[in-house]
Amino acid sequence: MSILPFAGRFDPARLFAFKGGVHPETRKFLTAECEIEEMPLPALIRVPLQQHIGVEAEPLVERGDEVLKGQLIGKARGPVSANIHAPTSGRVIAVGHFTAPHPSGLPVPTVTIRPDGRDEWGPRLPRLRPENATPQDIAAQVAEAGIVGMGGATFPSAVKLNLRTKYDLHTLVINAAECEPYLTCDDRLMRERAEEIADGAGIMAKALGVKEIIVAIEANKPQAIEAMSRHKRVLDFAMKIKTVPTQYPMGSEKHLVKTLTGQETPARALTAELGVVVHNAATAHAVHLAVRYGEPSISRVVTVSGRGVARPANVRALIGTPVADLLAHCGGLVEDPERLLLGGPMMGLPIQNMRVPIVKGTNGVLALTPAESRDQDTMPCIRCGLCVQVCPMGLTPFELNTRIEAGDLEGAARVGLLDCINCGCCSFTCPSNRPLVQTIQYARGKLAEQESRKHQQEQAKRLAEARTARLEAIAEAKRAAMAKRKAEMAAKKKREAEAQANAGTTQSGETVK
Amino acid sequence: MTAPILASGPHTHSRFNVPRTMLAVMLCLSPATAFGLFHFGWPAVLLFSVTLAAALLFEVLCLAIAGRPILRFATDGSALLTGWIVALSLPPWAPWWVGFTGAGIAIVIGKHMFGGLGQNLFNPAMVARAMLLVALPVQMTTWVPPVIGGPGGPGFQEALAITFGGGTFDAVSSASPLGHIQSQLDAGLTMDSILAGMGRVHDQLFGFVPGSLGETSALLLLIGGIGLILLRVITVVIPLAVLGSVALLSGAAWLIAPDSFPPPQYHLLSGSLMFCAFFIATDYVTSPVTGFGKMIYGIGIGALIFVIRSWGAFPEGAAFAVLLMNACTPLIDEYVRPRIFGRTRAGKPLELGDTQ
Amino acid sequence: MLSAIASMTAMGAGLGLALGVAARKFHVETPPIVDEVEALLPGTNCGQCGYPGCRAGAEALADGSAPVTLCPPGGRDLALELADILGVDAGAGGDLDGIEEAEQLVAFIFEDHCTGCTKCFKRCPTDAIVGANRQIHTVITDACIGCDACIEVCPTEAIIHRPKPRTLRNWYWDRPTAEADGDTRLSA
Repeated sequence: MSILPFAGRFDPARLFAFKGGVHPETRKFLTAECEIEEMPLPALIRVPLQQHIGVEAEPLVERGDEVLKGQLIGKARGPVSANIHAPTSGRVIAVGHFTAPHPSGLPVPTVTIRPDGRDEWGPRLPRLRPENATPQDIAAQVAEAGIVGMGGATFPSAVKLNLRTKYDLHTLVINAAECEPYLTCDDRLMRERAEEIADGAGIMAKALGVKEIIVAIEANKPQAIEAMSRHKRVLDFAMKIKTVPTQYPMGSEKHLVKTLTGQETPARALTAELGVVVHNAATAHAVHLAVRYGEPSISRVVTVSGRGVARPANVRALIGTPVADLLAHCGGLVEDPERLLLGGPMMGLPIQNMRVPIVKGTNGVLALTPAESRDQDTMPCIRCGLCVQVCPMGLTPFELNTRIEAGDLEGAARVGLLDCINCGCCSFTCPSNRPLVQTIQYARGKLAEQESRKHQQEQAKRLAEARTARLEAIAEAKRAAMAKRKAEMAAKKKREAEAQANAGTTQSGETVK
Repeated sequence: MTAPILASGPHTHSRFNVPRTMLAVMLCLSPATAFGLFHFGWPAVLLFSVTLAAALLFEVLCLAIAGRPILRFATDGSALLTGWIVALSLPPWAPWWVGFTGAGIAIVIGKHMFGGLGQNLFNPAMVARAMLLVALPVQMTTWVPPVIGGPGGPGFQEALAITFGGGTFDAVSSASPLGHIQSQLDAGLTMDSILAGMGRVHDQLFGFVPGSLGETSALLLLIGGIGLILLRVITVVIPLAVLGSVALLSGAAWLIAPDSFPPPQYHLLSGSLMFCAFFIATDYVTSPVTGFGKMIYGIGIGALIFVIRSWGAFPEGAAFAVLLMNACTPLIDEYVRPRIFGRTRAGKPLELGDTQ
Repeated sequence: MLSAIASMTAMGAGLGLALGVAARKFHVETPPIVDEVEALLPGTNCGQCGYPGCRAGAEALADGSAPVTLCPPGGRDLALELADILGVDAGAGGDLDGIEEAEQLVAFIFEDHCTGCTKCFKRCPTDAIVGANRQIHTVITDACIGCDACIEVCPTEAIIHRPKPRTLRNWYWDRPTAEADGDTRLSA
């Protein structure tokens, strides 16, 4: 066993911008020099109606419908939702449920389209001239185009553009840190489409009403920095390019803002409270396409990488392209991957089924070999404290883990369980290879479930009370009705009796007469 | 094809793992160890080997009784390291059964009684050292002068007799210069005359003095310790806190009463302090995890070492100081926590405009 | 000697008197525990505990003839709260651990078998079944408490219990298997 790797852990050139964080080998060289290539039309396209945080979209098409490229097929439901568009022209062959691109493998409402090969555009959205458009127009256009955060968070971008109404904003940060290892899609996009990204950033700045734009790029992407630096002003906004240290998780919104402004976002608050809004570089590009050309969000750049892939590449693929087709386009798998991931190796989602589609938030498809994942047997915690040192949130992961294993979820919540951002630094660095992140995620899910169960019980109680009240009200009403009828009957009887009596008196009167 | 693994991220891992950590510590210990073995001759080599083998043997036995995977756990290096540290803290020519018992106490009572790796409250090697010191005061304080520059080492045959056969040898009365100073003070001599009668401080630095097997050379231990810090196995906090507090306290005491306290360099250059500061106090399992907690812990150890050395019954206080502070570790960890991002130390969300 | 005895006696009598007076004067009416227990129970009168309604269940709990674990819809949390109030040692005992494992059940109606008789719909304590005469009924899983009421009355046996379906929204990672460290012995 070589001891040399330890030397790699000591490199004074690496700067620290915030407490904690790790420096995994980035392995970006696999795809950093691969130009973005267009992916040919796949045989089948599966477009999930839930590709974003929030409520799923409502399907607008039925089986057998012919759709055109860019046609709206799923309509946003409620304020936090996003439109879904047909990525190409073809026939809808199914509207139903299909396995979600998610580790659970649960079904998600999906529209399946068989492309007709013509790739024929339907009517595009009306173009906007951002120079004279109002912020409302821009936000509406972005909402119409169904753009969501393309860094992986998939939060509907239009909702974030509307933050101007609530907060006093001054800075738009374009997050191009791309701190996840392997991924180079944003890097390539910046090198090849710097002007378009800059324009998109300008449009978003206009919608947000901010004063300046900061593009944050990690120091390991000099070409992207150079390409972006050519654009100092867009749409009358000053644009600054800031080189940030290569440190995972630099791309975390709050940590990026801390690095750029020195300000720490309060827990459970948005960066908007500091006057800063963060958008991803790929999102800026999508906004550019939507506003200038009326093109909805129907494709994205995906990094296909990992030693398990024959020909790692950056591919512009249609939303809904099955993972299997993407991998086949990149030469297929050279060996059975130990992990098949959507996203980066630190926070990406593992999948088992290669037929699931890529979605708007999928920035990478990785096939990792055992040599890359370095899976090892779990050992007991030796309390080395490395997890505490690297946690960018200032948590004590080993302690959370102990508490959760002992079943003390509430205790774990007291010492910061809910502040965890799942960045994976603790598990990455743990010498005992303990599944700290999974334990924490389990505990959070369990806690949320308990919470919702409690809520549901209260709800059930209310429902039961309402029902009892209703039944009583009905009974009461019945009784009242009965009483009324009785009273009426009595009154009637009385009237009749009176009438009879009257008749009697009349009669008697008559007799008197 | 085999299905890919479904487990939460991260899906990659640093090269760091438990066996490598242990290996790194052993590597950093080896200069001082090699010097010690060379320095005290064959009996030391035999004792060292017996202690390590015994540690491994007891580890395997305990794992077997606990029903745990023997191969995986016994090869993690932790038992070997514990045995190693026990051996280094023994008098070099002690009989074999002292090392054997020491390893047994460390592994069985110090480690596995608490539930094995990662569960022990006290540093196993120090549990062993303290128990041996109390139970076998004669064997544990029978020192020999160094072979180099001394009367010349025994041959292998003689060494076998010394380690295994109860052979006799000329012992010197006290281990370290500090012990020497204390006994002389007790005998009523003045500090000046004692210091004048002692060798140069250099000898202490390089280790040409009697002492425990691996604790004589302060310099080599310091080099190993710096190696550990450079390899990022330990942080600088605990060693600095231990050495700093000992230096401050002993310096202050010497300035106030130079007649009854030796100068601080005698404290700092005693190998056992270096050994403790870099290799024992920094044991992961039994030390606090946060930086500030480590500082409290280190200062506590330093202060206790000075107190025990100056007023206690033992000239070297490291084992007891470490054990006492081990007991405080859970308390320190409970109260010293890092500040959560976006929250105050009290756990409330930061106020806006508060740019802490 | 005598004075000691006298003073001790006097002190004893005086303090005793004081205590007696205080007990009368500051007497606190202990709230009837049945009401307290009933307030905790779901109040749906579902009958899963085997008593007719939550009130009866609360009475049984109060006089100790029913275990704190009697209420399946309440789950583990309720059992713990009840144990707390009633002063029963719920502790790490096996019975409480057992409940936690129990999955939440909800009713499910096989549409093929449903005749639209509205019997279940009328009987549901939380109005969790929607439907109308001669229409197929369906269960609102979020409102269903998993009681037996509808299953008992269904004339065509079209209703069953099944675990609450997991969705993408409420899915979470499983607890990592504890074996990993080979530490099966302490994990309990």
